Amino acid sequence: MNSRVSKLREQSLNAQNVLSVERARLVTKFYKSIEGKQISIPMQRALCFDYIFANKTLCVNFGELIVGERGPAPKATPTYPEICLHSLQDLQILNDREKVFFSVDDETRKIYEQEIIPFWKGKTMRENLLSKMKPEWQNAYEAGVFTEFQEQRAPGHTVLGDKIYKSGMKDIISQILERLSTATESERDELEAMQVTAETMIMFAERYAKKLEELAMSEKSNVRKSELIEMARICRKVPANKPETLHEALQYYWFVHLGVITELNPWDSFNPGRLDQHFLPYYQSGLQNRTLTKSKTIELLSCLWIKFNNHPSPPKMGVTAQESNTYTDFALINIGGLKADGSDAVNEMSYIILDVIEELRLLQPSSMIQISKQTSNDFIKRALKIIKTGFGQPSIFNTDAIIKELTRQGKTIVDARNGGASGCVESGAFGTESYVLSGYFNLPKILELTLLNGFDPHTNKQIGKKTSDPVNFSNILELKKAFASQLNYFADIKLKGNDVIENLFATKLPVPFLSLLIDDCITNAKDYNAKGARYNSVYVQGVGLGTITDCFTSIEYNVFDEKKLNMKELLTALKANFVGFEELQNNLIYHTPKYGNDDDCTDQNATDVFNIFYSSIDGKMSPLNAAYRINMLPTTCHIYFGSVIGATADGRYAGKPLSEGISPVQGADKKGPTAVLKSASKFDHIKTGGTLLNQKFTPDFFATEKNIEKLIALIRGYFHLDTHHIQFNVIDKQTLLAAQKNPEDYQNLIVRIAGYSDYFNDLGEDLQNEIIKRTEHKDF
Amino acid sequence: MMRNGIIFDIKKFAVHDGPGIRTTVFLKGCPLNCIWCHNPESRSKECIKILKETKVGENTFTFESMIGQKVNTEEVLLEVMKDKIFYDESDGGVTFSGGEPLMQPSFLEDLLKTSKEKGLHTTIDTCGFAPRDLVERILPFTDLFLYDIKLIDNELHKEKMGVSNETILENLRFLVSQKANIIIRIPLIPDITDTEENILRIISFLIGCKYNGKIDLLPFHNTAEQKYKNLQIENQMKTIKKDVDSSEKVASRFTKAGFSVSVGG
Repeated sequence: MNSRVSKLREQSLNAQNVLSVERARLVTKFYKSIEGKQISIPMQRALCFDYIFANKTLCVNFGELIVGERGPAPKATPTYPEICLHSLQDLQILNDREKVFFSVDDETRKIYEQEIIPFWKGKTMRENLLSKMKPEWQNAYEAGVFTEFQEQRAPGHTVLGDKIYKSGMKDIISQILERLSTATESERDELEAMQVTAETMIMFAERYAKKLEELAMSEKSNVRKSELIEMARICRKVPANKPETLHEALQYYWFVHLGVITELNPWDSFNPGRLDQHFLPYYQSGLQNRTLTKSKTIELLSCLWIKFNNHPSPPKMGVTAQESNTYTDFALINIGGLKADGSDAVNEMSYIILDVIEELRLLQPSSMIQISKQTSNDFIKRALKIIKTGFGQPSIFNTDAIIKELTRQGKTIVDARNGGASGCVESGAFGTESYVLSGYFNLPKILELTLLNGFDPHTNKQIGKKTSDPVNFSNILELKKAFASQLNYFADIKLKGNDVIENLFATKLPVPFLSLLIDDCITNAKDYNAKGARYNSVYVQGVGLGTITDCFTSIEYNVFDEKKLNMKELLTALKANFVGFEELQNNLIYHTPKYGNDDDCTDQNATDVFNIFYSSIDGKMSPLNAAYRINMLPTTCHIYFGSVIGATADGRYAGKPLSEGISPVQGADKKGPTAVLKSASKFDHIKTGGTLLNQKFTPDFFATEKNIEKLIALIRGYFHLDTHHIQFNVIDKQTLLAAQKNPEDYQNLIVRIAGYSDYFNDLGEDLQNEIIKRTEHKDF
Repeated sequence: MMRNGIIFDIKKFAVHDGPGIRTTVFLKGCPLNCIWCHNPESRSKECIKILKETKVGENTFTFESMIGQKVNTEEVLLEVMKDKIFYDESDGGVTFSGGEPLMQPSFLEDLLKTSKEKGLHTTIDTCGFAPRDLVERILPFTDLFLYDIKLIDNELHKEKMGVSNETILENLRFLVSQKANIIIRIPLIPDITDTEENILRIISFLIGCKYNGKIDLLPFHNTAEQKYKNLQIENQMKTIKKDVDSSEKVASRFTKAGFSVSVGG
């Protein structure tokens, strides 16, 4: 790492999270200024966007080569009062809490109290959205049956394709103007708003060009002076025109990134996707005309990486802060995979990007490699050498499965091959799809409700259907039938809520800037939030597969097959949280078959639950014609979901975390990693938009070349079974225990959580304990 | 033909018992009585009842558990075949270990034959203490022998393991002459097998029988203490510490003698 990169990296690592009031203030001023005026909603949003970028503070960090920060400085993080309004108390909590605090100064508090809160109270999307949800939705939400991402973040979750590398904003404007010639009146509103935001980005870059020239004037170092002049030139060229050098491409992407994450606060920020594919031509031509070297390339890419790391996700509030115990913003760089023509996409740039990831060792952006049948073992080996250092990146995905998932959903083979995974593990067609994540779905909670005939002891309300008194069930099929009926009931409530939310964002908070970037919003003259993209999907994420499978197996085995106890006795023990039933609990934990051991009988329960969940959601259409889909990932929501469920039939105490991803219950797998992978492969991953499997290995497992070869075979074997994703957490238990005891000595310890990595010290104690507990595969 | 036998474990993702990803099936019963034995529960041919403990919070529960399980070939292969996809990806397969797998000759022969019929790469991990005709019988179905050599001095061998090493060394000579695929494994037991004298004698024996395959050194780990406790047998090696230095020294002797050597399998 050269000294420029190392200084910028230090700056990024040392920067404290600060809550910046700038954006909230500009947005408020703007909306006050248009009160009483007749402006279409899309145009309001476009003008608001323009106002922010015309007035926001410019920031040029010492020595940097790519410019632009969302706030006035690195890690100065804005709020989005039009979506959710932080109260003074929220600000206090953000400032005071121990983990991932955002400092809030008195000035900010004052402005919030005097300007922001008075203007926005009662007008935010969050208030509007929650007030429109039906009582049955509210009940289910409070009980922890599901969560809703869009109650405080906009529907984002999309990934850029290659559009910006082919067209500048001027080209995009020409495209808009052409489309305007045949537009209806409402289409005009959309298109004109898009045009404004395209012009805004050119204006914003021009502001930077001027600022850089000013800095160049007073710069004493000749080297830096010429850098600043070159950067000013680049800001005049992009985003107005299409980029022709790597530096131009990087700066263009970064302006676009800032645009998307400033326009609103889309879930999973924004993602550049297949960077090795996009950047290879610039690298090759730069080498050819001698304007670029490999080390210069690494330096430039490092500057982009540091930019990502300067941008934590916007501060959350309420349940969302609990359900997602992280402030990484889930930009997931895809490396490898297949080209549009179906050939192997791994190239020189793929290896360079891995070098950058290894050298910088930053939390953000996150990274992954896509492996297809064509990918060489050398490439996987290179990635495993980084994974081995225990920082949880890159994670590993099965390109062939992703393509099957996307084509099953109706995407063309080319759009599917141009896709990949984003966020934690979510499959998408890059540049052409809006795939909104709508919230987690608590599968074990549905079983709890089924066993209590629809009554929720947590909120003390009858919130579900009265399926049947469970003592009447005479076999597991009857229980599953009741469970299916209960699950369908809640899935309907969730999807009906999402239908309403879809309409709210489509009509109240369009995103004209994001719409410029995703095809075919311009052609369709329709906003991204109004489902203008070529493909539109809305996902519900199933949580707790391991726990619920073990619960079904336990009931099947102990109550119906072996008749060790009857349903009534089981329910009594669960209600008592096993107090007085310790021996029973011991039997449920240690003497009952468990998911994760390649036992077909047990694993069939996972498949059954999955199929019930799948049929209740997949293929249903929203009013704006988005398809509802499922995937299987928890982020950290399995901890929150566990906290709202009483004791369970697998021997789990009330309130304890659920299993995570599609992994077995923590510690339930006794037959090693191959058995876990086999169990996890039995339900049909191709019917999902992503599944998440964590495997923990001790570092010694990666010690020899021979072992690494075996690990590659393990991955290939798993992917052979049409599975989606696997990630390795390489860390030993002693290290984690020591870190928990003496956090001060382990400030740099990064662990893989669930599709992303985070600082171990920043995790809550529950999550820390859980990471420690996840089965650690020793050197067998 | 279906054969029955007694096994005491099936371990998947075994990565030290031959090439690739493997499943190792542990057959019960051993003719040797090595004082450093890692698997003391494997010595007896019979199933043994022991008490085990589980813990939930503060509460401890005991339950009866059997060491050893009567199984037939079909049951074993059903479990082994579950990981076929991983053997295919890694050029792995199945390993029969023990105890001493040759202690259950008909069962082992049937397991090996059936494994070959199912297209698996077969390995046996053996101490070599078995009648010649048995070794001849299994030879056609065994792709690789992991063959333990411990002590060349026969008196010491008898003292530490309870049996003479003549058969063991003879069988190795035979297998080498038959061009069997062999990896010699030497457990490095401090001051017993890792002595300069013993190592030099092993080297000259191997040269004498024209062995030119690989050598695998297995450093001593005192990890079996809990097993000894469970079985209520005294662990004579309890106080012996792992000697890291020794495996390097021994390895270099083999390298100098022209052998390809690895440490730790």
